[in-house]
Amino acid sequence: MSDAARSIPMATPRRAGSAMTWLWVLGLVLAIALPWCFYDFAKARHSGFMISMFSQAGMMIIFALSYNMLMGQAGLLSFCHAVFFGFGGYVVIHALTGASNGSFPIPMELMPLAGGLAGLILAIIFGYMATKQRATAFAMITLGIGELMATAALMFQHFFGGEGGITSDRMIDRSLFGLSYAQSIEVYYLIVFWTMVSVIGMYFLTQTPLGRMANACRDNFERAQFVGYDPKIVRFIQFALSGLFAGMGGALYAIAYEIVTFDSMAGPLSANALLMAYIGGTTVFGGPILGAVLITVLQSGVSLLSNSWLVYVGVLFITMVTFVPEGLAGIIMAHGPIRKAGKLGKLAVPYVRILVPGFILVLGFVALVELVSFQTIGAAQGKKLVLFGNPIDIASNIPWAVAIGGLIIGGIWLRFESIVFGRVWDEITAELKRAEART
Amino acid sequence: MEIILVSLLNGLVYGMLLFMLASGLTLIFSMMGVLNFAHASIYMIGAYLAFEVSRWFGFLPALILAPILCGAIGAAIEIWGLRRVHHNGHIAELLFTFGLVFIVQRGVQMIWGMLPMPYRVPSYLDFPLFTLYGANFPAYRGFMLLISAGMLLAIWLLLKKTRVGLIIQAALTHPNMVSSLGHNVPMVFTGVFAGGCGLAGLAGVIGGNYLTTESSMADAMGPIVFVVVVFGGLGSLAGCFIASIIMGMIQTFAVVFDYTIADMFSPLFKVPEMDTLLGEILTVPMSRIGPLLPYALMILILLVRPRGLLGTRDT
Amino acid sequence: MVRRLLSITTLALAASLGAACLGPAQAAEDTIKIGYVDPLSGAFAQQGDASLKHFAYLFERINAEGGALGKKFEIVPYDSKLQPAEALIALKSITDQNIPFIMHCAGSNVAAALIDGVSKHNARNPNNRVIYLNCGALASDLTNDQCDFWHFRFDANTGMRAETLVRSLPKTLQSVYLINQDYLFGQTLQKETKLYLAKLRPDIKIVGEELIPLGRVKDFSPYISKVKASGAQAMITGNWGPDLNLMMKTSVEAGLDLSYYTYLAHVVGGATSVGAMGENRLFTVTEFHPNVPSEQKSAAGEEFVAKWRASHDFDLFQMNNYALLKMLASAINKAGSTDAYKVALALEGQTVKDPMGHDYIMRKEDHQMLEPLYAAQFVKDVKYDSEKTGFGWKTVTAVEAADLAQPTTCKMKRPAS
Repeated sequence: MSDAARSIPMATPRRAGSAMTWLWVLGLVLAIALPWCFYDFAKARHSGFMISMFSQAGMMIIFALSYNMLMGQAGLLSFCHAVFFGFGGYVVIHALTGASNGSFPIPMELMPLAGGLAGLILAIIFGYMATKQRATAFAMITLGIGELMATAALMFQHFFGGEGGITSDRMIDRSLFGLSYAQSIEVYYLIVFWTMVSVIGMYFLTQTPLGRMANACRDNFERAQFVGYDPKIVRFIQFALSGLFAGMGGALYAIAYEIVTFDSMAGPLSANALLMAYIGGTTVFGGPILGAVLITVLQSGVSLLSNSWLVYVGVLFITMVTFVPEGLAGIIMAHGPIRKAGKLGKLAVPYVRILVPGFILVLGFVALVELVSFQTIGAAQGKKLVLFGNPIDIASNIPWAVAIGGLIIGGIWLRFESIVFGRVWDEITAELKRAEART
Repeated sequence: MEIILVSLLNGLVYGMLLFMLASGLTLIFSMMGVLNFAHASIYMIGAYLAFEVSRWFGFLPALILAPILCGAIGAAIEIWGLRRVHHNGHIAELLFTFGLVFIVQRGVQMIWGMLPMPYRVPSYLDFPLFTLYGANFPAYRGFMLLISAGMLLAIWLLLKKTRVGLIIQAALTHPNMVSSLGHNVPMVFTGVFAGGCGLAGLAGVIGGNYLTTESSMADAMGPIVFVVVVFGGLGSLAGCFIASIIMGMIQTFAVVFDYTIADMFSPLFKVPEMDTLLGEILTVPMSRIGPLLPYALMILILLVRPRGLLGTRDT
Repeated sequence: MVRRLLSITTLALAASLGAACLGPAQAAEDTIKIGYVDPLSGAFAQQGDASLKHFAYLFERINAEGGALGKKFEIVPYDSKLQPAEALIALKSITDQNIPFIMHCAGSNVAAALIDGVSKHNARNPNNRVIYLNCGALASDLTNDQCDFWHFRFDANTGMRAETLVRSLPKTLQSVYLINQDYLFGQTLQKETKLYLAKLRPDIKIVGEELIPLGRVKDFSPYISKVKASGAQAMITGNWGPDLNLMMKTSVEAGLDLSYYTYLAHVVGGATSVGAMGENRLFTVTEFHPNVPSEQKSAAGEEFVAKWRASHDFDLFQMNNYALLKMLASAINKAGSTDAYKVALALEGQTVKDPMGHDYIMRKEDHQMLEPLYAAQFVKDVKYDSEKTGFGWKTVTAVEAADLAQPTTCKMKRPAS
């Protein structure tokens, strides 16, 4: 597994160039403005679903980024990251109850710190065990820890509440700004604030000597050892800190949903962290943010439309692993030098040309999956299959022929167009290289 | 005495069932370094295929055909999937198999529906083999023991006594050298992966009617197989075998010796009854935490010996 | 690089396309919508799938009977993925559309989250309230200590089921062994079974009890050895799925001569996986089974079952959900609107009849529906077999709704308006 880590180079975080800074500011403005795009003026209220989804995306951003502190930056594959997320959530649920009855009088705005502290403490305990090893042994220890904790959460009623989980009320009447947190929009802005704080925090961690040493230990732990650093200690600190941020994410989860169950500690959520980080791109700091947003939208949005959404996640994931191991962010970064040279325009036509067959291919695939799953599962559930607002009769051959045709034609055409695209891309990069060599 | 003997037998059968699942994985894991998350999915496909084949041709053809089909599926996955990802490292390979899990699960539901399959033990294996202290020992359990023992023997012979086994072992450690000697290393990898998947398919054929053939069966088998492989140690079939038996025994005996932590202290002092988290932990009976013991054991052994029980190299 | 760019387009499209093309059918006509949240994907999709198929059938019937306020009912399904957080997000989407009803069947963890979530939502948004129609989360706590004004349970809880099961036990039975799964539902059943055994059949001795980890046991032999050593004559269990099937298989193969009194053997897939080995040995407690109408000689009931069997390969058993829809329709008619508060008040104390003429009563003090329950045996000679196995359910003991009015500890807080 060590070769694996070695083969994924970590792009050096850029000097905070003005473009980058502006990108971050734009993201923040977007996060603040987004709920208002879905504001229902007729009924004078926010779209609760959209706010929930954005809130979920916010906590998942923290969660995925903190996971990437292990996977991307330290080359550690962990299967128990949700344990810290969930534990932070449980602690905050108890803290909320404590705050409303006066035994734990801290204001709502500081609750995420309590969750973070809980995550940190737990990560110190488990990290002490797990980080003695690296690579696969580390991964397997974390797998064991994850299973143990998820089952413990089901078994021990007092702290974890068993299957029903623990509930609390976030209207604790303790706020620095006099907010009641009755409406989810208030919670959303709390989440935006803490997400921003955590993102900034994690970004600056990558710039510290610790972050650099984590990269070094990932890339070549023996050499790092010779330089005089103990990779175990580096791994341990990195693990503990990632637990801190995961706990903060869990705290926001507890505040948003006011319930924490064992699911928030269990394997599927840990797996989600991996998916989000990888799809977004582990080599770029901001990558997991993209992944977190995409996966949340798929999970909450697309699952409303199709029960086969897991297939789409699976296919998307496999496509990414096979063709784009750098993730979404990696692709965007690859366009950086071309943009700088002002040659982005040359790519416009080739992009359109591969978009068309790509569209047909995806359309054929989606149609086929939906047709098949409709035939075996959906029909008896009393649903109607609707594409583009038209009901489809699956008994006739036409939709099947269209779907399969789309798949085949799109596939072949895409292959052809991708060769053309590749030629253009290579030309441009070669040109850039020549230009670079000249200067 | 009676209960111990019966439990030993039960533990052995369960251990062998685990071994059947784990042997294919240990092969893939130790030869290719790929943590194949889709292993349990292949096992599920094996069970469904076995059901389909046995419906038309009977159980014995299924016993042969289904593993071959699973092997073919495995070969296809390796050639068109894993091989392309290989240069991105083991994590990428692991993630690739991870994505497969989602697709296989929904795919199985889309093809065979949500209901469990009526895949049953064939009538000629459905009789009590012998009676031990008044309880029957079903013939199918004996058949399972036989198949898994045969599997162990066959793999061992293949790896240690044949030329193919030599090449496989060499390709593991010195791929470039083996390649220069004129052997097709990618082909060897495909073969190993296909073989591992075939073994998973065989486990599906045997386990599908012994357990239940349904779309959540892969989930249920899940990580316990990893535990066995890692506990036994990479690159060691014998370690995998011993680990399987140990895990089988532990879980069987945890049920039989139903003590709590509080009970263990009882000769020394009386543990007071407490309505707190601590009280809960002290009074949980062994049988309830039995299935967790393998994970605890795995963590322990990795802490002191990262290469596992009989592993030849660090995991 | 080529492939890389190619796949990014593909994947961007996959996401947007999924969203664009497969939009749910926009109902042009004015209907009464009911949001429905259950696992529809993943390993537990089976449960949501079965309920959705029941609802497809029952909605058609209730709409044929006239719906409510002259409008038809429409179901809007959401995937809970068996995760409380996802169910709560679905709740938001349901309240965004001003749908006043959220219905949910599978998983007491999701139910607990929904009771709490709905209650808080209604308190914070008094002009957009919603009623939680529970169609199958059974833990008795949900209508006892955790009861809530906005939560209505349209299915018999674990206590009622335990009482029915204990009543159906034959007089000759002297010793039983209890095995349940180690989660809320199983733990509650274990407790309630013991309670009613002590109350109604003090002569029966409990020779052993066991909580097994949910879905993790692959080999039941050690448990069966213990059962055998205990000398029990019967096993009482709330296990379902592989945990039931494997346990029975191991026990039958070991040659133990036991009866198996179960709570969930009748649900989808149960008959298929148990098959012939359950003959005469297997008992269940169910809200309905296909042979009830012929046993009671009800022509209306026969028609109800026959129409279902024409297009389904598994049993119709969720008769309670027919009562749910009937009650809801009549409550909406009585309230004259779909306003959540008015409908909730109208639901209290409602009584409806199923096709066989049995009463279903919504109890006011804890919002628990009282319904008839049937203890049934898995036998060969029945009119309708289950899932084409050749075996079907035959009623052993039938209990009327009024007979199951167990006391409740609910102290309900009722909103002023």
